[in-house]
Amino acid sequence: MAAHAPYQSWGRYPRALPAGLRSLRFRDQPLPRVAGSVLPFGNGRSYGDSCLNNGGTLLATRGLDRFLAFDPGTGLIRCEAGVLLSEILSLTVGGGWFLPVTPGTRYVTVGGAIANDVHGKNHHLAGTFGHQVTRLELLRSSGERLRCGPTERADLFAATIGGLGLTGLITWAEFRLKRIANPYVQVERTRFDHLDGFFELALGTDREHEYTVAWIDCLASGRRLGRGIYLAGNHAAPTCEGAPRPPGRAPSIPFDPPLSLIATPTLRAFNEIFYRKQPRRPTNGVEHFAPFFYPLDGIGQWNRIYGPKGFLQYQSVVPMSVGRDATRAMLECIAGSGQGSFLSVLKVFGDRPAAGLLSFPRPGVTLALDFPYKGRATLRLFETLDTLVAQAGGAIYPAKDAHMSPRLFAVGYPRVDEFRRHLDPAFSSSFWRRVTGAVA
Amino acid sequence: MSTRVLIVGATSAIAEALARRYASQGATLFLAARHTERAAAIADDLRIRGAAMVAVGVYDATVPDRAEALVAAAWEALGGIDVALIAHGSLPDQAACAASAALTRQELEVNLISVIDLLTPLANRMQAAGCGTLAVIGSVAGDRGRQSNYVYGAAKGALAIFLQGLAHRLAPAGVRVLTIKPGFVDTPMTAAFPKGPLWASPDRVARDIQRAIARGARVLYTPWFWRWIMLVIRLVPATLFHRTRL
Ligand SMILES: Cc1cc2nc3c(=O)[nH]c(=O)nc-3n(C[C@H](O)[C@H](O)[C@H](O)COP(=O)(O)OP(=O)(O)OC[C@H]3O[C@@H](n4cnc5c(N)ncnc54)[C@H](O)[C@@H]3O)c2cc1C
Ligand SMILES: NC(=O)c1ccc[n+]([C@@H]2O[C@H](COP(=O)([O-])OP(=O)(O)OC[C@H]3O[C@@H](n4cnc5c(N)ncnc54)[C@H](OP(=O)(O)O)[C@@H]3O)[C@@H](O)[C@H]2O)c1
Repeated sequence: MAAHAPYQSWGRYPRALPAGLRSLRFRDQPLPRVAGSVLPFGNGRSYGDSCLNNGGTLLATRGLDRFLAFDPGTGLIRCEAGVLLSEILSLTVGGGWFLPVTPGTRYVTVGGAIANDVHGKNHHLAGTFGHQVTRLELLRSSGERLRCGPTERADLFAATIGGLGLTGLITWAEFRLKRIANPYVQVERTRFDHLDGFFELALGTDREHEYTVAWIDCLASGRRLGRGIYLAGNHAAPTCEGAPRPPGRAPSIPFDPPLSLIATPTLRAFNEIFYRKQPRRPTNGVEHFAPFFYPLDGIGQWNRIYGPKGFLQYQSVVPMSVGRDATRAMLECIAGSGQGSFLSVLKVFGDRPAAGLLSFPRPGVTLALDFPYKGRATLRLFETLDTLVAQAGGAIYPAKDAHMSPRLFAVGYPRVDEFRRHLDPAFSSSFWRRVTGAVA
Repeated sequence: MSTRVLIVGATSAIAEALARRYASQGATLFLAARHTERAAAIADDLRIRGAAMVAVGVYDATVPDRAEALVAAAWEALGGIDVALIAHGSLPDQAACAASAALTRQELEVNLISVIDLLTPLANRMQAAGCGTLAVIGSVAGDRGRQSNYVYGAAKGALAIFLQGLAHRLAPAGVRVLTIKPGFVDTPMTAAFPKGPLWASPDRVARDIQRAIARGARVLYTPWFWRWIMLVIRLVPATLFHRTRL
């Protein structure tokens, strides 16, 4: 079959050519018999190559998009793995139920959210998506259908949470939604003019706020290094009068520009304006949940602005004990390279034990930034950052990764040998082969 | 009152997308399909999405003499039918049909005769009730016979003529007949085809179908540009057409 253009990762780097594509539509279907390996593909919102299977077959799961059960009394929901989080929100927000954990885009599938054990702005209180899952069904290449949960086949369950699609196909999952009084969020925004300000705020406000995250200007340096805006939010009280609804249909980047539209002077201006727009004194207001949780979902296909070469995200976590120094060193290195892009994200994770054997979130501070792909220069910068992460005893997030070395993967994910025991022999990915040296 | 909808071939991607649209408006549905456990999974989903009631029945287009009973069961379960969508179909292997009269006949049965078997009792009941819409999925392939796909085209083309006559007959009774002509739709039926910009999603097609039913249209090309593409294709003289591989 020809190249499957839409089956790329979000960063559109690296490019991969799956030899085959099978669209799944019914959860009772057996796995297709194909030569070579298979890998589930959700909605392609992973940046690097964890959702790619160069030379193998992708199992497109978006056709598995049915609800199996929803109890509006308790918020317990069961759905097929290809259901998007946005589809759950459309169904349940009106009735007062919200996602217990959500990443920064709602256009991810439930299967993808589990396989990367995604985290949100409430990690410090709620843990990851995997922590919310009460049950799931795993279809293995042997034909077995295995129910797993925290108390049922707990080993296989822990391998499947954050299991990168390598333990089999998740056909459906069950988890509990969270009660809300209305679709609004009470948000406090505080400007800080240096990285130290971030750590002070994080230590102070994270206990009183369910959702916290900071936007950082990664182009600022020197005295302004790590300046940014701290967002802290809670679901609004029942008495809240509400806020304007965002527009129903999002504008979209309609075509592929022949080159990257990202240039350093415009980025500098953008980041400067974003920072300056925020008054010196903290502000407090009510927002609709969509712009608060999903600021980037407002523009469809925004990944296209990086042009045909694509872009990479770098997301790391380093332990809190060295968090301040390691983050400063990384930001200095990035500001010095002049390669950073739009605002970057900084957050302090909570200390709930990980739900999965390969879960990325762990106690510490996580930094995420986008970089237009500029070939060697970008990869050299990443190597330097990797050294800093390794020295700090940190790890890189597979969902965002296209470059980490097998060594960094091994030290960042010490339970990988335990994980291997649960691999499905027919499943593999470009990512897995890259970080383990496994053959297809 | 909630709209009463019968869907035959309810596991079709296009049919399911339409069923979801009706379900979210609180419709009552009867789903007929040959894989009833799949139809049951769809029924659960439709209930959660807002359907007032969903019933499931078995239907296999290759089994003769079942149409009348199916229509009676659906009519009773729903308490009458406002919209009947007939969606089942199969895309024949044209080369295999060219080599086998028996296979050709089978394909005509699934794509044409079985549909007519359903339409006859449905039309009579709707005529007596003095209301209702018969919405039937044909295809742009029925607009002109092409070497690559003329068995399917013949079934869908004959179906369109049948529906045209039925529409004429039922107009005085206040019953609407809608012939739906999708172009390329990305569904399991077309899984093996490479996709390009002309391809539409099942939901896009379902949206057009629901609107066409609501406004009482008789013929729907979906997406709309197929009306003009097919106009051109019909106008190409045979001498020229025969030099193409269409
Ligand atoms: C704008 C943006 C913001 C983001 N913000 C965050 C964030 O705040 N926090 C965070 O954690 N992540 C974040 N992400 C990353 C994103 O949440 C993850 O990459 C997510 O896993 C993508 O889900 P997907 O459905 O697109 O899956 P894909 O990217 O298609 O696949 C991801 C992995 O899931 C596996 N998989 C998919 N379906 C199944 C299945 N049914 N069974 C088994 N395995 C399966 C795939 O094999 C692959 O390994 C963000 C991404 C974007 C684009
Ligand atoms: N996709 C296109 O490009 C396209 C274009 C023009 C017209 N159409 C028409 O659109 C309609 C719906 O098709 P689709 O595109 O949605 O494809 P689809 O998802 O493959 O649906 C085809 C449906 O037909 C059913 N079916 C096939 N043979 C049957 C039989 N003998 N008895 C009972 N049911 C049978 C299938 O049932 P199972 O699930 O049990 O297999 C399935 O529900 C068809 O009439 C097709 O001809 C499609």
